[in-house]
Amino acid sequence: MNHPASNGRARPQGAPDGSASRPYQRETDEFVPGSNEWPDDLSRREFLRLAGATLALAGLNSCTKQPLETIVPYVKQPEIVIPGKPLRFATASQFGGFGQGLLVTAYEGRPTKIEGNPTHPASLGATTVWSQADVLDLYDPDRAQTVTTGGAIKTVSDFWDALNLAIEPLKQNGGAAFRILSEPISSPTLLAQLDRVLQSFPAARWAIWDPLNRDTIAGAEVICDFTKAKVVVAFDSDFLYAHPYALRNARDVANRRRVIEPHGAGMNRFYAAEPTPTITGSNADHRIAVAARDVLPLAQTIAAELGIGVATPRNIENADWIAAVVRDLNASRGESVVIAGETQPPELHALVAQMNAMLGNMGNTVAATPALSLPGSQIAFGDLVEEMQRSAVELLVIFGGNPRYDAPADFNFADAFNKVKLRVHHSVYFNETSRHSHWHVPATHFLESWSDTRAFDGSVSIVQPLIEPMYVGVSAHEILEAVTERSPRSAYEILRSHWSGPEPAPDFEAKWRRALSDGVVTEFQPPSFAGAGQSIAPAPSATPLEKRQRSEARGSQLEILFRPDVSVRDGRYANNGWLQELPRRFSSLTWDNAALISPELAKAAGLNNGDVVELTFRDRKLRAPLWIQPGQAKHSVTLPLGYGREIVGGVGRNVGFNAYALRTSDSLWFADDLTIHKTADRHWLVTTQHHHDVTGRGILHDGTLDEFLADPHYAQKPEELPPLGYTLYDPSEYPYKGYKWGMVVDLNVCIGCHACTIACQAENNIPVVGKQQVGVHREMHWIRVSTFYSGTEENPRITHQPVPCMHCENAPCELVCPVAATAHDNEGLNLQIYNRCVGTRYCSNNCPYKVRRFNFLEYNGRLSPSEKLVKNPDVTVRSRGVMEKCTYCIQRINAARITAELDQRKIRDGEIVPACAQVCPVEAITFGNMNDPRSRLMRLKRSPLNYWMLGELNTQPRTSYLAKLRNVNAELVRSD
Amino acid sequence: MNAPDQSPLTSNFSPSQSPLGYPTNLLAPGQTYETVNATIADVPLKPAPGPWWVGFIIASLLLLMFLVAVTWLFIKGVGIWGVNVPVAWGFAIVNFVWWVGIAHAGTFISAILLLLFQPWRTAINRFTEAMTLFAVCCAGLMPLLHLGRPWVFYWLLPYPDTMRLWPQFRSPLVWDVFAVGTYFTISLLFWYLGLVPDLATVRDRAKKLWQKKLYGFFALGWRNSAAHWQRHQIAYLLLAGLATPLVLSVHSVVSFDFAVAIVPGWHSTIFPPYFVAGAIYSGFAMALNIIIPVRKIYHLEHLITGRYLNNMANIMLVTGMIVAYGYFIEAFMAWYSGDIFEIYMMMNRAFGPYGWVFWLLMLCNVLVPQALWSARIRRNALLLFVVALFINVGMWIERFVIVISSLNRDYSPSTWAMFYPTKWDWMTLFGSVGLFLTLLFLFIKFLPMISISETRELVAEPEKATTP
Repeated sequence: MNHPASNGRARPQGAPDGSASRPYQRETDEFVPGSNEWPDDLSRREFLRLAGATLALAGLNSCTKQPLETIVPYVKQPEIVIPGKPLRFATASQFGGFGQGLLVTAYEGRPTKIEGNPTHPASLGATTVWSQADVLDLYDPDRAQTVTTGGAIKTVSDFWDALNLAIEPLKQNGGAAFRILSEPISSPTLLAQLDRVLQSFPAARWAIWDPLNRDTIAGAEVICDFTKAKVVVAFDSDFLYAHPYALRNARDVANRRRVIEPHGAGMNRFYAAEPTPTITGSNADHRIAVAARDVLPLAQTIAAELGIGVATPRNIENADWIAAVVRDLNASRGESVVIAGETQPPELHALVAQMNAMLGNMGNTVAATPALSLPGSQIAFGDLVEEMQRSAVELLVIFGGNPRYDAPADFNFADAFNKVKLRVHHSVYFNETSRHSHWHVPATHFLESWSDTRAFDGSVSIVQPLIEPMYVGVSAHEILEAVTERSPRSAYEILRSHWSGPEPAPDFEAKWRRALSDGVVTEFQPPSFAGAGQSIAPAPSATPLEKRQRSEARGSQLEILFRPDVSVRDGRYANNGWLQELPRRFSSLTWDNAALISPELAKAAGLNNGDVVELTFRDRKLRAPLWIQPGQAKHSVTLPLGYGREIVGGVGRNVGFNAYALRTSDSLWFADDLTIHKTADRHWLVTTQHHHDVTGRGILHDGTLDEFLADPHYAQKPEELPPLGYTLYDPSEYPYKGYKWGMVVDLNVCIGCHACTIACQAENNIPVVGKQQVGVHREMHWIRVSTFYSGTEENPRITHQPVPCMHCENAPCELVCPVAATAHDNEGLNLQIYNRCVGTRYCSNNCPYKVRRFNFLEYNGRLSPSEKLVKNPDVTVRSRGVMEKCTYCIQRINAARITAELDQRKIRDGEIVPACAQVCPVEAITFGNMNDPRSRLMRLKRSPLNYWMLGELNTQPRTSYLAKLRNVNAELVRSD
Repeated sequence: MNAPDQSPLTSNFSPSQSPLGYPTNLLAPGQTYETVNATIADVPLKPAPGPWWVGFIIASLLLLMFLVAVTWLFIKGVGIWGVNVPVAWGFAIVNFVWWVGIAHAGTFISAILLLLFQPWRTAINRFTEAMTLFAVCCAGLMPLLHLGRPWVFYWLLPYPDTMRLWPQFRSPLVWDVFAVGTYFTISLLFWYLGLVPDLATVRDRAKKLWQKKLYGFFALGWRNSAAHWQRHQIAYLLLAGLATPLVLSVHSVVSFDFAVAIVPGWHSTIFPPYFVAGAIYSGFAMALNIIIPVRKIYHLEHLITGRYLNNMANIMLVTGMIVAYGYFIEAFMAWYSGDIFEIYMMMNRAFGPYGWVFWLLMLCNVLVPQALWSARIRRNALLLFVVALFINVGMWIERFVIVISSLNRDYSPSTWAMFYPTKWDWMTLFGSVGLFLTLLFLFIKFLPMISISETRELVAEPEKATTP
């Protein structure tokens, strides 16, 4: 491992004794055993002597100086490490089996911040909320820290011995009783290793289980080029958020919707039909709420009208929407995209493929994804469980995942699992599956070990570590090698030798280094393995959906929907505080999941938010609190997955209900026949936003593209702004001579993914406050994403608005602070001086935007040593009693200033990127110098769409917004 | 209760009732110097009566609760209260404004009525001045407790800081520090100056050595000489002159805390007069709430006659009407401005989630005090006590309405949220009442609670003791 990344050796400076890499344990036993027992033979003289000694020793002890803690400097200064200056390394992570290109910032070998890799085609520099939060998992004190068997701590070599011992007898019959279960794998090296293992054990089998699998699309997976699409039609697809290629999709869609000038303005038109609001649906120009079971008939009707011979169902609703879609699709043949989500049955995907082909989109805007060659010998997960049930499996090695928690309820996985003779689980966290395995082997976090991965579009990245494993961690590469070899090589050697082949090319080293620093492998093909090319469609994990019975008379029946949670996904992020506290889209729920029901259903059944209902589905019962979700299809009830974890760390414990308890293999995503009964119980659900109506205030300006073209300045008209420069002060007294920082948030492209919120949390050391504190409205996020509804409650128009500090020119907060703890600087930043703040909270009262956050309690007080490592050293960790707020990432401004001053130049446009802007998949946030008329920022500020939030208060905010536009179909509006 | 005003007068000077039927005499008949001295000055010198002990113990327990609440507050932070964002100000500020308001009656009675030569202040001025001081103590504590980092409260003071940092003088909170600080200082001096001749009387009547020493020390060598009296009167009048503008300025400045902010419901020019009137309103109510029981317990009916109560009730009626006008004009201006934020604020105040609090306020501060139009109620100490209690509660609610129901829904609907007080909020409120009462009980026990010298003046110059 000679890559620079490992040079730092991951020893944080604050912990020279290595305490940070020791498992964090609370000291339970302070005194030596027996010290609290009274000795029998204690005489008076002896007692006095002991008491005296105790007094002397204890007394003297308190006199001693604090132990000296020497900070050990680098014995050999690594060449590239300058203390205090961060380094960035390209790496990649796995998300739903697909690679995500990342750029990770590390301070002296301590990764603190994850960003997107701009050169990676699947991210283009943006990241998802999950990638942002991954760094918190790395330092999570609840991570599995040691190899355990039945609760006892063992060493890794103990495990190797046990594994070898178990494998030896299996070799005789080719591993007929040997099974491997994994999550979706796209790592070329790991797949090759797997292939080798499966070849040396011809009778062994391999299965994949992912509760959020994309099996319904199997083989028909497409990659869409939204930059060319004039019309987009989405059938229950969250391709902007929950899709493996979502970041790129979002960027491409945004680029087709960005409007700055009326001149040449154009937007794609976006239709969506979905049963429960998603990020994608909320951004559609015309969204309809239809039950999941009605999406296929809807698509069939459209297909029929497009001229595809399918049987059209009768009595279809939303005729006007269908007509509009058909008209627009016909009008832009070859320039449209029809896309369906993984939650819909394969018939729909086949139909969508037909529609795309029929419209001439195939090859233009839609292309098949590059095939991933998988090793043979794969069996379906259901078959594996059946074998286990028959006690036919003697050794089961599970890589990642948590099937005991998330397997379909009808599989009775727990039972089957217990019949396996030797169960080995390899995962980052000790979870429900680990608890019931014989061996649990802690996996290395992706920031700790070497691997490679492949993105949705087929680009391959090397996963390089930024830190030595914090605990005893083993990578999957090493375990697979241990199956065939006696003592495995390190992951690095396995990976490198795989890429270099037996005889490395002379320029291998240069290419390898370039691949590492770029983060994407462009110069060589990933080595293939024997049996490659047999690109088989992965075996379906569950009973095909076609088998489902469809009854005609189900109109008013309740439909159950299973959806990944927007924050914790399938449950893997349950112990991540940042994600638990990230407001769930639309509802802004935190620290809980709730069954989402439509307002109509709530009204009809007399249900309220927080009412606990009993859900009955296929004879299984579950109690869950309710949340009324505007935009939800009338008879659909959404159950977010990923909660109710039992074997989990302190963060995820007692959070939400486990929807997997109802999920069966034939109803992975939706099914009929749900009944709900109200119970007398109520559950305390906690949200960050309670009002979703702007009540006609000058907060949100939106309109249609046509309105804008007719009157480009329409967005600037609703409020009467006070005349500019209307001030008692002499404006020429304090001119902004140098820089004048400002920001523009383009509401038109913002999709509301909340990535900015969590990026800001990671960058600015924002604490997690917990459910109780969120419940009393003390969440600390510096940038919130407000969601506003307009129109009908049944199907509202949804608009997202990120709100950071406005850095007002006439800042109301500044004049009321009695100690000048918030002040204007010479570049127009509204500064918050933590040291000076006494905590009167007057500034927060006087802030019309309510972007200030107060440390009501000591929120950073209970951090374990490892959790402290995630903090950004360039940002103060705030203590109790201090106000805080968005600083425009002043630490990044100053870093750029230092660089520029060293080079004796001005800071260039685009050189400073605040964390929120950096993470944004749609580039909705632009930061820059308002004194530079040629800056990108000023180009946006000159747009007629530019407006100030609550501008009539004459605060003159530095942060302004570009109004939200919808490219509505005029005919559809008329028919409304 | 008793009705001394109904008894026939022995005084030869004027009829016992004014043409309108109000009682006019300030002193009950038959008072001599010695009776006055004995009634008032013997209280500090003799053991406390039973009811005093009961009251004192209850007050001390409340004070103890206050100490617990404050200790926990200092350990954990203001997060133990219900405050949040957007409602970043909670009970502490409500209590602060309430106590400052209560503190107004004392100076109003002492200084303004002195300057206006209103003799009916005599029997109650000492009392209300003490009340003022103790209320300012409670008020002054509140902003301190309210701070996120109370240990650096002195940053609000202009002291020579090595970093040359000053308070930010544009902030109304800094004005508060000066206003309340000045008010406390002047009130303390005024009160003490008035006490000096009386302390000398107590000293002279004391039998025990330690009492003689103690009261003698604080009597500053007062010998009742004409020269002493001449200087004392000049100083007293000067201080009264100084204190008079303070009565108006303190609560005006306190109202600036709100009026200067841009929060709808706070940003209003009517606040200073409306706050001052409200302050005097609540100050008199509190004075009545204390004087009526004390008068009964210590049998002071012949000194604090119905005439006093009647006049105080009249003042409450006047200030109450001003306050009611303030409520009305606030609502009117919200509508008349046409400003959507102001209109929404008013609708939210009256019909929003805290609407019931608003209507409770109307009941306590507008409806119930209308009873004071009736002379019979004004003359009935018990009923007056009840009305005053309503007003005190009402004035606290008024500050709650202003602070909380303005903040909970201001400009940005996406951040609107409710404030619910925690048990620590309530403990701080009632605990501060405990602090106030404890100080008051100590005052009653150890100091002459009515000005002896001024009451003797009434005896000496009986024409002063009645007003037409």
